Amino acid sequence: MPKVRIVFDRVRLEEKMLEEKAIELGHDTKMVDAKITKFTTASKKTEFDFGDVVIERCVSYFRGLHFTACLEFLDIPVINRFEVANNCGNKMLTSLLLKKHNVPTPKTYISFSSEAAIETLEKEGYPLVIKPIIGSWGRGVMPLKDRDTADAIIEIRELNDGPLDRIYYLQEMIKRPPRDIRVIVVGDQVIAAMYRTSTGGFKTNIALGAEPIPCEITKELEDVCLRASKAVGGGILGIDVMEDEKDGLVVHEINNTVEFKGLAKVAKRNIPKEMIEYAVRSAIR
Amino acid sequence: MNCPECDAIIKIPDDASVGEIVSCPDCGADFEIASKNGSVCELKHAEKVGEDWGE
Repeated sequence: MPKVRIVFDRVRLEEKMLEEKAIELGHDTKMVDAKITKFTTASKKTEFDFGDVVIERCVSYFRGLHFTACLEFLDIPVINRFEVANNCGNKMLTSLLLKKHNVPTPKTYISFSSEAAIETLEKEGYPLVIKPIIGSWGRGVMPLKDRDTADAIIEIRELNDGPLDRIYYLQEMIKRPPRDIRVIVVGDQVIAAMYRTSTGGFKTNIALGAEPIPCEITKELEDVCLRASKAVGGGILGIDVMEDEKDGLVVHEINNTVEFKGLAKVAKRNIPKEMIEYAVRSAIR
Repeated sequence: MNCPECDAIIKIPDDASVGEIVSCPDCGADFEIASKNGSVCELKHAEKVGEDWGE
């Protein structure tokens, strides 16, 4: 039986569910703490016990991404691959890839200075949604409803002056019901879907309290999500979809280290089981 | 075991695993289970939530 390793930096319910399922399926399973693992450029695969396949589950995006690079340097199969993690972790790259592969996605405006961002807003009109190109749990995502709000947000960005703060990612505001759809894709299959209804605000992240409600996997939803998964390179992914009143389903985000405890409550299929089986199939290919 | 910050008693579930976070009920400090040997655990201060955390 292939050996499964789960890399973590903080054990959440998801990592425990994956570990439990891998053991139940009969795999030699170990948890690997990324925070205490060390590599060198002279490291060899045989110095480690990374088994036959690693599922990378760090809560810290950059830690997970760089850990994945080290694993691939050692020729260890990792779910998800570095390229996929990189494509999904950066909203700008995701948007470009979705559009390039004809996956419906909100129109996105990219500029590289505050002046250019303000020009975009003044030309296209308010509101547009501003998002950090790398960010999570909905942080820093907000609708810019007028010039005053835009000036305030952009001023804060200039004061923070982080390395990515000069890249402005502005997105059309989609007219939709007060919910979005989270879909889990594992390989070439859509495993589960749920509506995430906002708790009153603009955002629909489960981490912010959005309520999970089962969502039927229609042919259209399946088709859009599988194409979105393929566009970023495939693997185990959480695809966020909005129901645009005008254009139907649009994909606005793809998550690399998908959180699924909310969805596991309402899903018909066993999410951790599907993930482990996919990882094992990938390893023995 | 006792909270390294305020000495209050932190109850650690039997099925808790290394890498899990436990919080002190009195002072609210978060700790990561660094090692576990039967009912004996070693705690270390949990990392604070980073800007790149989560999905």
